[in-house]
Amino acid sequence: MKLLGMMALAAGALMAAGVALAESPFDGAVGARKAVMQLRGFSMGTLAGMAKGDVPYDAAAAQAAADNMLALAKINVMAMWPPGSDSASVTGTNALAAIWAEGSTIGEKAGAHTQAAKAMQAAAGVDLASLQGGMEALGGSCGGCHKEFKASQ
Amino acid sequence: MRRILKRLVVLGLICLVAGLYLTRPRTYGAEALAGLSADATRGEQVFWAGGCASCHADPKATGDAQLVLAGGQRLASPFGNFVVPNISPSEQGIAGWSTLDLANAMHYGTSPSGSHYFPAFPYGSYAKATLQDIVDLKSYLDTLPPSDRASEPHEVGFPFNIRLTLGGWKMLFYSDAFVVTGDLTPEETRGRYLAEALGHCGECHTPRNALGGWNRTAWLAGAANPSGTGRIPNITPAKLTWSTEELVEYFTSGFTPEFDSAGGHMAYVVENLSKLPESDRAAIAAYLKKVPAVE
Repeated sequence: MKLLGMMALAAGALMAAGVALAESPFDGAVGARKAVMQLRGFSMGTLAGMAKGDVPYDAAAAQAAADNMLALAKINVMAMWPPGSDSASVTGTNALAAIWAEGSTIGEKAGAHTQAAKAMQAAAGVDLASLQGGMEALGGSCGGCHKEFKASQ
Repeated sequence: MRRILKRLVVLGLICLVAGLYLTRPRTYGAEALAGLSADATRGEQVFWAGGCASCHADPKATGDAQLVLAGGQRLASPFGNFVVPNISPSEQGIAGWSTLDLANAMHYGTSPSGSHYFPAFPYGSYAKATLQDIVDLKSYLDTLPPSDRASEPHEVGFPFNIRLTLGGWKMLFYSDAFVVTGDLTPEETRGRYLAEALGHCGECHTPRNALGGWNRTAWLAGAANPSGTGRIPNITPAKLTWSTEELVEYFTSGFTPEFDSAGGHMAYVVENLSKLPESDRAAIAAYLKKVPAVE
């Protein structure tokens, strides 16, 4: 009886250790969505650098960056945001569980970003003033989502 | 034996009464604000610098709705949830408050009825605010739209729900002295005032001990997120290596040098800071460069 108890304990401990060591099943998805965010950051850097006058306006480079922002807005990211891959459940992410909660406005916020990316795609290659005109909406659409759905690190 | 017991009980009561007397809520005398006149336009700047709306407005509010300070947000902490009260100018809010009441609340953490506030209301920082700023702030708060939402009790368990114990907390941890001292330029001094007093950066960015008191030797060195997940970052020069221009950009648009953007509560802070003059954002950046580096 005592032996059985000890075996059960040992089995329990092993299982617990196994759970702790197992990689999160969401590592791939979290890595992929972070990569998409990084690509966005790179193109935003190009656009914002010109908008602020840190680098001279270059119509072709601005158009390429805006095209990329729109392309990134259009890719299907559903598989990169599986339910349960929030910051309270897995490590390495700042995504709040509110994203997946009942009545979440995440779709609306993503839609606003796509609209802003479309407007920028039409404006960036025209001239500097047009690019600058689109910056507030596009930059604001990043913050619009992060304010509600990203943890303060 | 009975006599000794009796004496011990009497001694205990004396200690209790003396303790309660020594830790009683502090208030200003009636003349404290004499000679100060209110300017609501300046008060609006104090309001944004103080980040009042970030906690007292509906978290989903945008635009003018951010000016309805109805309360209701729940601030999670290891001691329980603090439910933010209504501070709009209504009967349920602060319509009945004098300017002196606001000064007692912000400087001493004392309510108009003479009880201790929990330090979830950041009077540990506002203690360093000037009385002039509080006078101006009160005149601005009085212009905001009223809300009749009733304030709710905090969801804090025993023994932390006993407000009398907060007098002891104040005795141990309350200070109106600036943390960063030494030779500061006027810009760095302004930045220190905005960061340590009104902006109350230390409330989240400085680690606390088990009783919720600040570890002042690790000022702004990062802390566990009171909501339970993640960490609030270290913003001393040991970890925050952004240039002054990059810091000002972050305080204005929320974008980091890598074009990530601020999330969660910091997004509200950036919204507030973006409403201040650029010279104030530059002053905070200058101050952050003077904070002692802590690894």
